[in-house]
Amino acid sequence: MGFFLLITIFIATFPLYAKLYYVRALCTILMYIVLAVSWAMFSGPTGYMSLAPAAFLGVGIYISAVLYGQNEALLPLPVVILIGALASFILALIVGLVTLRLKGIYFAIFTFGLVVLLSELILWVELNINEISGRYPRYVSIDIILYITFGILVATLLTAYFIRRSRLGLAMQSIGGNEEAAEHMGVNTTMVKVITFAISAAFMGAIGAITAPRIVYVHAAVAFNLNYSFLPVVMAVMGGMGQFYGPVIGAIVLAFAEVRLRPFYPYYYMLTFGIILITIIFFLPAGLAGLIQRLGDRLGGLISKLRKGSEAEQHANT
Amino acid sequence: MPETALRVVVSGLLNGSIYALVAMGLSLQYGVARVLNISHGEFIMLGALTTWTLHTSFGINPLLSVAISGPILFAIGFVLYRTLFTGLKNRSPSPAVFEGNSLLVTFGLLFIIQNIALLRWSSLPRSYKFLDSVVWLAGSAFRLNRLVALAIAVVVGVAFYLFLTRSRPGKAIRAAAQDPGTAGLMGININWVLPLCFGLGAFLAGLAGVLISMVYQGSTPFMGLSYTIIALIVVVLGGLGSITGSFVGGLILGLIGSLVSSWDMSFVLIAFYAIFMILLLIRPTGIFGKK
Amino acid sequence: MPILEGQDVTKYFGGLAAVSNVDFHVDQGEIVGLIGPNGAGKTTLFNLISAALPFSSGEIRFKGQKLNGLKPHQICQMGVARTFQETKIFADMPVFQNVLVGASFGTPNRLSQTDTAREASQALEFAGLSEMSAVPAKDLTLGYQKRVEVARALATKPELLLLDELMAGQNPTEVSEAMELVTKIRDTGITIFMVEHVMKAIMGICGLIIVLHHGEKIAEGTPQEIASNKKVIEIYLGKETHAGS
Repeated sequence: MGFFLLITIFIATFPLYAKLYYVRALCTILMYIVLAVSWAMFSGPTGYMSLAPAAFLGVGIYISAVLYGQNEALLPLPVVILIGALASFILALIVGLVTLRLKGIYFAIFTFGLVVLLSELILWVELNINEISGRYPRYVSIDIILYITFGILVATLLTAYFIRRSRLGLAMQSIGGNEEAAEHMGVNTTMVKVITFAISAAFMGAIGAITAPRIVYVHAAVAFNLNYSFLPVVMAVMGGMGQFYGPVIGAIVLAFAEVRLRPFYPYYYMLTFGIILITIIFFLPAGLAGLIQRLGDRLGGLISKLRKGSEAEQHANT
Repeated sequence: MPETALRVVVSGLLNGSIYALVAMGLSLQYGVARVLNISHGEFIMLGALTTWTLHTSFGINPLLSVAISGPILFAIGFVLYRTLFTGLKNRSPSPAVFEGNSLLVTFGLLFIIQNIALLRWSSLPRSYKFLDSVVWLAGSAFRLNRLVALAIAVVVGVAFYLFLTRSRPGKAIRAAAQDPGTAGLMGININWVLPLCFGLGAFLAGLAGVLISMVYQGSTPFMGLSYTIIALIVVVLGGLGSITGSFVGGLILGLIGSLVSSWDMSFVLIAFYAIFMILLLIRPTGIFGKK
Repeated sequence: MPILEGQDVTKYFGGLAAVSNVDFHVDQGEIVGLIGPNGAGKTTLFNLISAALPFSSGEIRFKGQKLNGLKPHQICQMGVARTFQETKIFADMPVFQNVLVGASFGTPNRLSQTDTAREASQALEFAGLSEMSAVPAKDLTLGYQKRVEVARALATKPELLLLDELMAGQNPTEVSEAMELVTKIRDTGITIFMVEHVMKAIMGICGLIIVLHHGEKIAEGTPQEIASNKKVIEIYLGKETHAGS
């Protein structure tokens, strides 16, 4: 509780003293955490690999650019964010109902191409029906973006945490354990998967909506970038899916590295990134969180050994 | 050039046979070696860009350069499977875990290969002219390179199809794709067949890349992903586990794509996806997939 | 009074009929056995009842209600639970969690968290697993894993329990314990339909036995009738019977 308060104060005061560059970086880091945690919310327990985050993020970005544009802000920003979340939620429901009744491989393939599909679709509609190729989002101060991003992050973390401990979380774990058995124990597996998938998509849509004002010119290809489908997967895997905090750690590490390194050496960065990813899959399948757990266990074991040793000494002396 | 029905058909067959080659390659890798290779498109890209380099810097005929790039890509695929994926398999407690992890490994390969290509070729579009002359066929105009590419793609595609359906090793490969577990029991030497199939898949991708670079302008290190996506749709259309299905599916999708393209070029992928969705709703196992 | 009845039940895989025009019924409160050589269609029939597989033709009714077209989770909530031949426990979850899934989702009405926890504990105790509730299911021996499946199924509060080869791979002592457990379950009012190869168990506790061969029902009767049935003896002649028969 105190930890959370500290973080909140840190975030709230950060823009007061930090340079613009750092505030922007912090926004990016928080955004990545939301993506990783919401991805892991569904794909973690169920084992269904979703490659759709870029699609949901893009939906949020584009809707925000349309509804909160430079020339006309049709609705206030918070409403726009909610609509972005809702749109992603509905899209996820549709995608889920079509693909989650089938084996995981179809789901993975479908979500993978979804990003490109949406990009092409929106581009087509904009060019042929609206006769424009892109949108200019309205200006929002970086401070507000930071606070709203943080708010979405808190909502995401709370939701992920409570789902994990809820009936829904148990249902998802059972699906991950053995889907057929779960179904036979009364779990409506399709509905559970679809609902959780949609909830995770909503957060991605929300974060997309608040990210749009940071982009000068929103064009279909800019909003729908496949990299944002790979990133959450990698962040969650690197961070470790066994623990709740795993994706958070993975996101922080990766966001940090990307903000500091990628703008200067993009190709070398991604190349190294790929190598590290493969290395982690081989040698750290439980991710960084798994490593921390093991170190924690070893440390705990060491401490108890020392304690036993001193106890034995005491017994010997009496 | 003005569009005619024949041009649409030729275009459809050309794209279709390229899709077929790419999809058969992917199907081999997933069906037999059980690796869903997200980096498959990058091998296409390597085929295209190495052909460009060999042609523009060394004047090597693209058709001949297949003899160079083909075996190299095959070897890369073979070695990758022998080292990376076999190692991963040995550390995976179950086939499902292996499938998930190998998918993630192919992500890593995607980043590595794409960025090596970016370092070597940068993001500038690369084109070259080869067999550029116009040929007249039944009242329609065609560039010679398209007809040559079509011929090669069809010949290789059909040859491969026959190999899979008529020859013993081909049938063994198809059996392994249908049921990898029992394939080992039937006396198929898994240690060689799996990397072989993976390498073969890489070779087919590279060959497709050579043909694509001959016919289409503007190869960049980013060209691979859209082919990977199309290949995935074709594999599902043909039926997961059916390599011959990928052949047929590729041709079908190519023809449909060409038809849609003659109406509105930017609608092609949307049409593919619509087909994909309908497929998943009514017959997810595809044309030749087992129910 | 049949709690479960099937008419003309048929299932084709490609051109092969795994189950062919089978009529059967299971009376309430009974322990009914389903036997037959490997490949006779026993597990397939179970898969049809629990909706793990769709029908080719025929009808199955539970308490008068048609099961055709329903989904497994609906059938479970109606009161039919099952175990699996290939032991489908939730491997990484502790035993308690495994059973909790059954308690939480197996009944149509939602219970509070404390109530479901209590139901789960009761099911665990009934199956003799209370001491192992914190152990990850994958760390148990096969015998105990099968018990977890039973406890998990019991937690869904079924009226009919389908047991698929509960005693496979068990030594004689374990078989006797399992037989006791099955009888205990029946004594609480749950009807049992069990596929089994272990003859000692089938003969020992079943009131009625149905025999399948190549997907068809070839005999039906009490253990004594089945034991002296010429056709049944023929199909089992020369086949191995498990230890304890």
